[in-house]
Amino acid sequence: MSGRVLVGVKRVIDYAVKIRVKPDNTGVVTDGVKHSMNPFCEIAVEEAVKLKEKKLIKEVVAVSCGPQQSQETIRTALAMGADRGIHVDVSGKDYENLGPLQVSKILAALAKQEDAQLILLGKQAIDDDCNQTGQMTAALLDWPQGTFASEVSLEGDKINLVREIDGGLEHIKINTPAVITADLRLNTPRYATLPNIMKAKKKKIVTVKPADLGVDVTSRLEVLKVEEPPQRQAGRV
Amino acid sequence: MMNMNRLIVSRTFRIGERLLGCHARHAGQEELRLQQRRSIKTHCRHLAYAKDLFLGQVNKAEVFPYPEIGNDEVEEIKQLVAPVEKFFSDDVDSAKIDREATIPLETLQGLKDLGLFGIMIPEEYGGLGLSHTIYARLNEIIALDGSIAVTLAAHQAIGLKGILIAGNEAQKKKYLPKLASGEHIAAFCLTEPGSGSDAASIQTRATLSEDGKHYLINGSKIWISNGGMADIMTVFARTEVEVDGVKKDKISAFIVERAFGGIASGKPEDKLGIRGSNTCELSFDNVPVPVENVIGEIGGGFKIAMNILNSGRFSMGSSCAGMIKKLIELTSEYAATRKQFNKSLSEFGMIQEKFAMMALNAFVMESMAYLTAGMMDRPGVPDCSLEAAMVKVFSSEGGWICVSEALQVLGGLGYTKNYPFERFVRDCRILPIFEGTNEILRMYITLTGMQYAGKILTGKIKEMKKGNIGLAIGMVSKKLRTSLGASVDLGLTGKDGVVHPSLEDSAKKLEQNVSLFGSTVESLLYRYGKTIVDEQLVLKRVADVLIHMYAMTAVLSRASRSISIGLRNHDHELSL
Repeated sequence: MSGRVLVGVKRVIDYAVKIRVKPDNTGVVTDGVKHSMNPFCEIAVEEAVKLKEKKLIKEVVAVSCGPQQSQETIRTALAMGADRGIHVDVSGKDYENLGPLQVSKILAALAKQEDAQLILLGKQAIDDDCNQTGQMTAALLDWPQGTFASEVSLEGDKINLVREIDGGLEHIKINTPAVITADLRLNTPRYATLPNIMKAKKKKIVTVKPADLGVDVTSRLEVLKVEEPPQRQAGRV
Repeated sequence: MMNMNRLIVSRTFRIGERLLGCHARHAGQEELRLQQRRSIKTHCRHLAYAKDLFLGQVNKAEVFPYPEIGNDEVEEIKQLVAPVEKFFSDDVDSAKIDREATIPLETLQGLKDLGLFGIMIPEEYGGLGLSHTIYARLNEIIALDGSIAVTLAAHQAIGLKGILIAGNEAQKKKYLPKLASGEHIAAFCLTEPGSGSDAASIQTRATLSEDGKHYLINGSKIWISNGGMADIMTVFARTEVEVDGVKKDKISAFIVERAFGGIASGKPEDKLGIRGSNTCELSFDNVPVPVENVIGEIGGGFKIAMNILNSGRFSMGSSCAGMIKKLIELTSEYAATRKQFNKSLSEFGMIQEKFAMMALNAFVMESMAYLTAGMMDRPGVPDCSLEAAMVKVFSSEGGWICVSEALQVLGGLGYTKNYPFERFVRDCRILPIFEGTNEILRMYITLTGMQYAGKILTGKIKEMKKGNIGLAIGMVSKKLRTSLGASVDLGLTGKDGVVHPSLEDSAKKLEQNVSLFGSTVESLLYRYGKTIVDEQLVLKRVADVLIHMYAMTAVLSRASRSISIGLRNHDHELSL
């Protein structure tokens, strides 16, 4: 048991920003727009750091797939308590077409490389709302998955999980290694305090390319059009 | 000095003299209109830049180019700013703080955890060790709540600054770590019931004990921010010193711990604004202070006090800019949606003018503040007290006007407590008052500059007396040229120009103004000599002119840089 946890963090447009569609309808305006860590990824990082503080695991490794700026997101994870970071460099067209399938292949490869015991992810990203990466990663690795987790506790080499599902709460017990995706009520992420941000500067981030992991990032999907939802008509009271 | 000056002046200057009188006023107005330009950076080296303005010179190298920070630093700043912004938008309930006139303990603890109590304390003592520039940037966010801003500033910008800049190693090691973490809170105790602006007249006494190991402090202080909760205080008191065998009373600075005993705090003052900040009276009754707790030298307290105050002022520029930017955000939402006469408010000229003014002021304040901060970050501990004072005067008054106009846009709604505008107005009213009233600062700005100019001019006169004909001719011909209306070239534009070509017009106007200003200062010194100290109204105008010139400089420098490096939105800055 390596006691190592891989946490995936995604750089997304900040939740408070008003999104605008690009004039050519190929996507959303991202230039100059404020970005931050996906809120569910924050919850995942918080859970990982909590497990480390309880001494149930030994190391938290933050991973992000994307262009150079993804390193900022990794740094935030480091400031929250992660030990080191891995930046999988994907930029340009590849980045625009990056989806859950490719990311899960990357995460699976990294999990094997790093001998991870647990993969923690957010349940979905607030920009594409796919809710697929966790599930796909588990499938590729043939690991058990605990998605929409609102409570996680380690018991020996098994994990007790409470899942939030439509019908209510489901209690399950799964083996490790496993993939867990975090839901809203799992915890309240801590602030990255300024002293911790300064300390995080000394932590290492390693950059790798998807090819190094033997992953092909070509997409099976093609985006045809992106448009705004229809304007809401005024209602009548 | 005066006689020689008169001789030369009488030969060439009488023509221009009458013109100068009205030019001084005219120049001030011109500058207001020209403030749209970006700032020029000027260095502040040993009171550089601003001082030279008094001689009608632009110290190019000091101010151009605008202070640059590397990309790494930009990254770092973004990282540092994010959690602070989040904290202030999610966990700070300003309305509640104002209503209950206190900052909740959880909020205070959150600020401590974030590390905001020791922003500029070096890392080795447990602080963040950040630069003036980053401090100014963080203040933009902290300023969103006036009470918190004042509490933090009273703690670190003045409360513990004395230990930081004038304390010895032992004092720093002993006190700074707990101050950086926020475990201990600091306060700055100078003002007394009878001594506000006239700080040198304080009456609190510190007498040496019989065994020579303690000083006993007796007296009372008022308007002490953080007074009710401070554990460590920088107290200023009169001590008896012997200077050349004569016994004199000089002010000294002491680090006083509440734990020493004998300190009583009065009840918190019920204030118009910044109500969450604790302000109270402190009385000292035979408080024993060990001699090791004297900051700097006995008798050197006044200078330390002035240095402390001077070093904290510059951040007011960025605080006000941050606040105004927030106000623009809140106000524009309203102006765009509220309709009257079938048009939204934002389509009316007078409303647009208010926004233009707010944007302008925010831009200028930012430019001036970061220019000054950048100068202060240069190695060599430059003395930017003049520049910092100018930033403070401009920002406090500009902020007050902008906040008032923002409230005006919202009309009746702005007047109610349902919106934060009235709180911002109340919180802002203190700005022109504390940290040195604007009246005092104007005198300081002008007189320091005049003193410098006077020295240089006297120096020149002496040279001429010694027979330096070349210098004399140079001066005479320069005055001839100026009075004949020749164009002024101070090197801001043209071949070796440091200003971007598209800003040439504004730069030229600045040059003209600077040159006129220099001449005006000369003639004022000649006319009044030493009695200029009493001519407050004249000095006030000089100060205003200078402040606006510094603003112009800051704006021109910043704009030049933005265009040169092709910053996005630079064209917007250009039109500003």
